Amino acid sequence: MHTEFLMGNAAIARGAIAAGVNLVAGYPGTPSTEALETVAKYRTQDTYVEWSVNEKSAMEVAAGAAYSGARALVTMKQVGLNVASDPLMSLEYVGVKGGMVILVADDPGPISSQTEQDTRHYSYFSKLPCFDPSSVQEAYEMIQEAFEFSEKYGTPVFFRPTTRICHAYASIEVKDEDEYLHHQADGFKKDTSRWVIFPRLSYDNHKKIEARNVELSGVFSEYSRNAVIAEKGIYAKEDQPVKKGIAAGGISLALTLDNLSEAADAPRILKVATPHPFPEQLAVRFLEGLDEVLVIEELDPVIEKELVYIAGKYHLNVTVKGKLTGDTETAGENSPNLVAGYLDSFLGRTPAGKADLPAPPPIPVRPPVLCAGCPHRASFYAVKTAMKGKKTIFCGDIGCYTLGNAMPLDMVDTCLCMGAGINIAQGVFRTEPDTSAFAFVGDSTFFASAITGIVNAVYNQAEMTVIILDNSTTAMTGHQPHPGTGRTMMGEVVSKVSIEAILKGIGLEFVETVNPLELDKAVDAVKRASEQKGVKAIIFKSPCIAIVKPDKALTIDQDKCIGCKRCIKEIGCPGIVINDGKVCIDPGLCTGCGLCAQLCPVKAIGAMGGDGK
Amino acid sequence: MSNTVNKNIVLCGVGGQGTVLASKLIAAAAMEKGLRVMSAETIGMAQRGGNVFSNLRIGDSMHAPLLQSGQADVILGFEPGETVRMLHYLKPGGTVITNCRPVKPTTATLTGSSYDGTEMIAYLRENLAPEKLLVVDGQAAIDELGSPRILNMVLLGAAIRTGEIGLTEDDIKKAMDRLIKPAFMEMNLKAFGFYRA
Repeated sequence: MHTEFLMGNAAIARGAIAAGVNLVAGYPGTPSTEALETVAKYRTQDTYVEWSVNEKSAMEVAAGAAYSGARALVTMKQVGLNVASDPLMSLEYVGVKGGMVILVADDPGPISSQTEQDTRHYSYFSKLPCFDPSSVQEAYEMIQEAFEFSEKYGTPVFFRPTTRICHAYASIEVKDEDEYLHHQADGFKKDTSRWVIFPRLSYDNHKKIEARNVELSGVFSEYSRNAVIAEKGIYAKEDQPVKKGIAAGGISLALTLDNLSEAADAPRILKVATPHPFPEQLAVRFLEGLDEVLVIEELDPVIEKELVYIAGKYHLNVTVKGKLTGDTETAGENSPNLVAGYLDSFLGRTPAGKADLPAPPPIPVRPPVLCAGCPHRASFYAVKTAMKGKKTIFCGDIGCYTLGNAMPLDMVDTCLCMGAGINIAQGVFRTEPDTSAFAFVGDSTFFASAITGIVNAVYNQAEMTVIILDNSTTAMTGHQPHPGTGRTMMGEVVSKVSIEAILKGIGLEFVETVNPLELDKAVDAVKRASEQKGVKAIIFKSPCIAIVKPDKALTIDQDKCIGCKRCIKEIGCPGIVINDGKVCIDPGLCTGCGLCAQLCPVKAIGAMGGDGK
Repeated sequence: MSNTVNKNIVLCGVGGQGTVLASKLIAAAAMEKGLRVMSAETIGMAQRGGNVFSNLRIGDSMHAPLLQSGQADVILGFEPGETVRMLHYLKPGGTVITNCRPVKPTTATLTGSSYDGTEMIAYLRENLAPEKLLVVDGQAAIDELGSPRILNMVLLGAAIRTGEIGLTEDDIKKAMDRLIKPAFMEMNLKAFGFYRA
């Protein structure tokens, strides 16, 4: 063993490697992405790793490996599980041979997600066990145990960290390489009664699964990561009856422990590491003798409902407080300040005094914006310019380009989920046929979930223009490769899957690839596309500024500049600033994309080699 | 649990200013001394020009990486407005080290806001004891050293020399040896030593 400073996701990945994982598949999504990237970086010869085209593919690839006796890990963010829910719900009935861990990162807040859905509910819904780590160290150890449980019980298991575990760093104890387990897959053994799902098999296995989960509830009551911490009350004095309890899991448990000090009425604590199957007998031991319990958890009241159920089932006279009783917030993440407030009122403590500072001057808000030089800005601006004055709808999608909604671009009218914009545009067109319908989709999202929507549009004779924002990477999640990049996570260089060829193969007649930074050509292409019938596509192709060397920063000739601020008002590039009343370009941010130069009415912007002052 | 003194540090600024590396260097230096470290950072969409922060905790008696208001021993601010935004984390008697040069957000440019950071520095001076506030002109260092990428080292050096972080210049330099590419070492060392109060 040795100590390393690891991000939670890296700890999970290193734990999986130490458990001898043979195959890892996933789709990028904050806050889960670094887990698979770390596997790719540290994998042993035993491990195959891939970014799959979407979460459904990843889940099925991992299932196939686990059918063959391999240890498999599949990674995604919570909304990705919605995409993978079809294989998930059937896989539950079939089961696996090799250990299979489904890593799903939840995002209370939400900080970088569309929803605050709770994967613990997916765990109940799919009847699969769920592991919920409360620290980076525990995540490292627990994922190794999750593989053991999965293999022992022949079922996939969920591993569900939240953002504050995934993205926390901690100095933790990790195994040396010679301590790693090496797992050998024994191969796929044909057995149609096991691997082919039929109604009869599902009925038989359903009964077995329900019985297994009752058994697991008992097993989990003895599992060391579930625990009653300080049965007599943490920090409690001898002979003092403990009447109050706190139940928590994940980061909420860590925040709770950080906030307790040697108070007289210190509570008993239930740590829940497996919210499903719930450790019922352990919970009974926790509840016995208590008058009141406060449940501190994020997202849905999962632990709270279990405790209410158990209290009823065992006729325990205890009040359970939490989200359902209005004692804790129903949405958002648990901050240290919130948890402190919950504990103050539950334990009757005097809140710590706040520093009495006067209100500060207004602090500028900093909403995230498209980077300086981002080609998406040029693409949006080209469509906006070409369609000025026309009745339009601009359906957006998931990626950096969702930021095209910000002023002054204001070019995202809808955003729902991966690939949805293509179909929403069709629905709007059906309702308002005189609307020029546009859907914007990134290159990675195109491969993940846009192709079927375009086939739907062509088959059903919709009228729309698809704008593919091809920046040659999966930018939002940190530049992962995808089928169009010609690189894999195993480091191979492979042939690129052509977006243009796919679109032509579907039957689109208007498919043009244009550099959006050439503004006139880009505007012209959009105008021509919008005037044609049927489904048209423009591929705006220009690489993400973060993956290529920038061009020389542009400067503004102050003698020519008339101060009209058109460059600022039209495109909102963070590289253009006002210093002492003069419009200037920040040389540290400008990538020399040239978009602003093309719309300056007096041609004051250019590469002049000056310092921009 | 232990009598090791906890240090809680908040680093804050704007995406791209290098707060993460500064945080990593403090963590690595503390670990080298056998101390436990936890941190939490802004990752993802907010990094695109948004405000970023890092909570860093050093010591033994902690469970979560996140800080409550009034718990930070030190706030190391890379941008004056962001320093003020995070000031609620400072514990009574805590120390603030801040850059005085603003990063103007795109929204401020669009709305014609007059934000220039001076109002933030004035607010800090009004509300902190003089010996608990160190204002560093990061731009002066950038201009003199000729690189916009060394702001983090300038501020880290200034912060370490206050003694409030509990680590020495040598502790950090050893960590730099391990975490910074040799080609960038000379520039980073110069920046680290640049500001002397």
